[in-house]
Amino acid sequence: MAGALSVPAPLLRLDAVEVVYDGAILVLRGLSLSVPEGSIVALLGPNGAGKSTTLKAISGLLRGEGGKVTSGSIEFLGERIDGLPPEDLVRRGIFHVMEGRRVFEELTVEENLAMGGYTRHDRPGLRRDQARCYEYFPILGQRRRQLAGYLSGGEQQMLALGRALMARPRLILLDEPSLGVAPMVVEEIFRLLRRINEEEKTTLLLVEQNARVALAIAHHGYVIESGRMVLEGKAADLAGDKTVQDAYLGGGQQAGRRARTSLIS
Amino acid sequence: MELFLQLLLNGLVVGGIYALVALGFVIIYKSSGLLNFAQGEFLMLGAYVCLAILEETRVPFVAAFLLTLVFSVALGLLLERVVLRPLLGQPLISVIMVTLGLSSVLKAVVQALWGSHTRPFPPVFATEPVMLGPLPVSQGYLWSLGCVALLLVLLTLFFRFTRLGLAMRATAFSQQVALSMGIPVRRIFALSWSIAAAVSAAGGMLLGAMRGGVDGSLAFYGLKVIPVVILGGMDSISGAIAGGLIIGVLENFSGGYLDPLVGGGAKDVAPFVALVLILMVKPHGLFGTAHARRV
Ligand SMILES: Nc1ncnc2c1ncn2[C@@H]1O[C@H](COP(=O)(O)OP(=O)(O)OP(=O)(O)O)[C@@H](O)[C@H]1O
Ligand SMILES: [Mg+2]
Repeated sequence: MAGALSVPAPLLRLDAVEVVYDGAILVLRGLSLSVPEGSIVALLGPNGAGKSTTLKAISGLLRGEGGKVTSGSIEFLGERIDGLPPEDLVRRGIFHVMEGRRVFEELTVEENLAMGGYTRHDRPGLRRDQARCYEYFPILGQRRRQLAGYLSGGEQQMLALGRALMARPRLILLDEPSLGVAPMVVEEIFRLLRRINEEEKTTLLLVEQNARVALAIAHHGYVIESGRMVLEGKAADLAGDKTVQDAYLGGGQQAGRRARTSLIS
Repeated sequence: MELFLQLLLNGLVVGGIYALVALGFVIIYKSSGLLNFAQGEFLMLGAYVCLAILEETRVPFVAAFLLTLVFSVALGLLLERVVLRPLLGQPLISVIMVTLGLSSVLKAVVQALWGSHTRPFPPVFATEPVMLGPLPVSQGYLWSLGCVALLLVLLTLFFRFTRLGLAMRATAFSQQVALSMGIPVRRIFALSWSIAAAVSAAGGMLLGAMRGGVDGSLAFYGLKVIPVVILGGMDSISGAIAGGLIIGVLENFSGGYLDPLVGGGAKDVAPFVALVLILMVKPHGLFGTAHARRV
């Protein structure tokens, strides 16, 4: 759907972004990309390419890790957002679901969801959205009073997504939702991502090692390596692309490592 | 039997104060990973501020108590802002040096303002003891126990049921993840300093009222934080409470039963002996987690 539109102003735009860690390590080297409102955009690339760094640059979480956007610009809804603190960005509608699930293990499912809605104060709306979460993820409803640390990998990933929904964001940044999740559950999670995109009109920027599942639901895709864009296109075209097929559609980390040699040079 | 009960009660009263001080230490450590060695000075300062309010305004003790808590909350916010915020991300040793420095500064300020001699605390509790069965018990002890219990219950409810309390626990789990939900982590740190200052001050005020006087030695209660949190676990709130009570009771039992035999000193040594024994069995303390985070 997004590909068919005639270039409306994108929801999110990165323009020649450079990111440096610890004042010395250059990780993103002039990365540009744009995410149209309402779309699902996949960001693919091998280990260490800078995918997570890209998401952290957008959500403001770089700071806590000693990283900094040193040049270029990041715009959300037409306004510069690079350098803003994460709490402002969450309020503006950007929610980052970090790599590796990261649920609050010592809080219950329900309390985790409440933390997702931390920046909001409309109680009726929060209650509605909580019910909506349990609709998308019935298992969370059944376990609402359990400590999140006792959930399975897939359930924790669902909780991390539910937490994002509670903030009612316009854009969700998803970092490897398939990581550590059983293959069957991965399929289910990606079906739900598609549904969330369609029903909630939430835009998704999706980082994945598992290119097959990501391109199956995405409208558009980018491939980055060593902090640079090496390929971009409609998801369907990328899925059919020879280099992408060789490099990523094996899925998993080994394929990722092979990609490093095949796409650079 | 009567001696036993008396020692137990004394132990619980003192232990309750230890628990308050240790609780402040644990709350700061959990939320920001900083070790605060000025807890004892918070306690002392609380007692002096409360006394000053009582002397200047003649309001009832309850009002002075609450005003002092408000003062401590403000102090916590201020300290976090001017002293501790610049320290985030600094090496542990400089953080420790700064909180040690803070403790000296607070001591010096108290001395400069109020001198170093013992100042009498106006009588707060009725002096005649009440009989608990065969045991005559000072009313101050009962009030102190009640107050400590109330504070502990309120704090537990705060951490369990309020949005802010949950956000503090979320931040303790992971600052980055808390930030990613828009939780203002800096403000959470400041809040942890406020709570730490307030609970310690409460301990100081109760001590002042029970003893009938305040002086610089109140700061020594801060030294008990170390054995208590090692016993209870650095990152456990219930551990701080249990550890405080256990150390308080142990001290009194060894003081009551062993000191007459060994000629004194057991009171100070016994808790450490117990500590070593417990750590041999449970190296992370009674309630601590195996990998205390950060540090
Ligand atoms: N906090 C940090 N400090 C220094 N270097 C970092 C930091 N975080 C990441 N890097 C480096 O930046 C590069 C990109 O890391 P990033 O995590 O963004 O990669 P990624 O594409 O998400 O990889 P993966 O698929 O393994 O998650 C890597 O070389 C990594 O070592
Ligand atoms: Mg990554």
